[in-house]
Amino acid sequence: MINSSKSRVPLYAFVVFAFVMCALPAEAHLNSTGMGPFYDGLIHFLLSPEDIVPVLALALLAGLRGASYGRRALFTLPVAWLLGGLAGLSAMTATPHPFVAAAWFLLLGGLLAADAKVSLRVTTALAAVLGIYHGYLNGTGMGQFDTAAVALLGLVFAVFVLIALAAAFVVRLRAHWARIAVRVAGSWIAASGLLMLGWAVRTR
Amino acid sequence: MVLAVLVFLCAQTAFAHPQKGEAVGFLTGFRHPISGLDHVLAMVAVGLWGAQLGSPAIWVLPVAFPMVMAFGGMLGLMGVPLPGVEYGIALSAILLGTALMFEIRPPLGLAAALVGFFAIFHGHAHGTELPPGQSALLYSMGFVIATGCLHALGIGIGTVHRWAWGQKLVRVAGGLVAMGGVFFMWKAIA
Repeated sequence: MINSSKSRVPLYAFVVFAFVMCALPAEAHLNSTGMGPFYDGLIHFLLSPEDIVPVLALALLAGLRGASYGRRALFTLPVAWLLGGLAGLSAMTATPHPFVAAAWFLLLGGLLAADAKVSLRVTTALAAVLGIYHGYLNGTGMGQFDTAAVALLGLVFAVFVLIALAAAFVVRLRAHWARIAVRVAGSWIAASGLLMLGWAVRTR
Repeated sequence: MVLAVLVFLCAQTAFAHPQKGEAVGFLTGFRHPISGLDHVLAMVAVGLWGAQLGSPAIWVLPVAFPMVMAFGGMLGLMGVPLPGVEYGIALSAILLGTALMFEIRPPLGLAAALVGFFAIFHGHAHGTELPPGQSALLYSMGFVIATGCLHALGIGIGTVHRWAWGQKLVRVAGGLVAMGGVFFMWKAIA
């Protein structure tokens, strides 16, 4: 009995060896597979503060002005982002200018801090220009991939969700201190923009 | 064994950590304003003064300070010179501490102008000290949020002002801030 099991050891070893040799890559980590193009686009947006912060500022500004402003921004910004992204997909390169990024922070943060009484038309224009500019930049970065359009959809979906949540959160705020807290957030965004502007001049 | 020794001997530098003094991200920026006691005293004092003065100063002053401070920081980053920065910082602690100690209640515009004026000195000092780095955005956000948190700390402490003992406590805190300012002025002069 012992002899027969001993005699089978080389056979088992050979089978195990054959299996090991035929092993396919496990791809157990997301850095080799990604999460799929849709979620890659979504995560790209959520990990890019230069994209998130202006969107958040616009959502808070629209929320402070009221539900109609929030609804307008909710549909204008993602559509503009998608159009800008589609245009960017066919472009070769685009270098985001640090002055422009700082200017968006300053403009939207300043309007939010001042609780500026911007009209619905101005809010729509801001959402459209912001969406086209950032979407175009995103699109140029994604253009080299086959699944770029799906990734862009994921990104636009993330923009839609963020603006919906942030604007809806602010629209329902009634307490004076809560609305002031939103404006304080705007002053911080504008202040960050000022520092970014100085930094851009320094490193030019 | 020989192979392992050779491999270890040929090891390259990992560069896994930011080099000292390099601005790399949010946490580096967040640490900068809280790393100097002179800045911390003034920023907490702004929050305390806002709480002592009540609404609307309680939010006007902490909104004005980061924005004007960032403007000063921008001037510092651009290399625009500002004379007497250290004196201005020390004087801000002395005056804010004195205002707290004696519960001075100027008009809101004057209080905001005073806070804004000294914020330029604080911002300029930070701007000239900012190390080179790649992530200006995250660094700037961390920097501004830390400043705001210091104001919030001052406002939080200042909420005790509603009680009689709290009013005395805030005045004592003002005295300590002013004393700190005198110390930093002495250091700046010496």
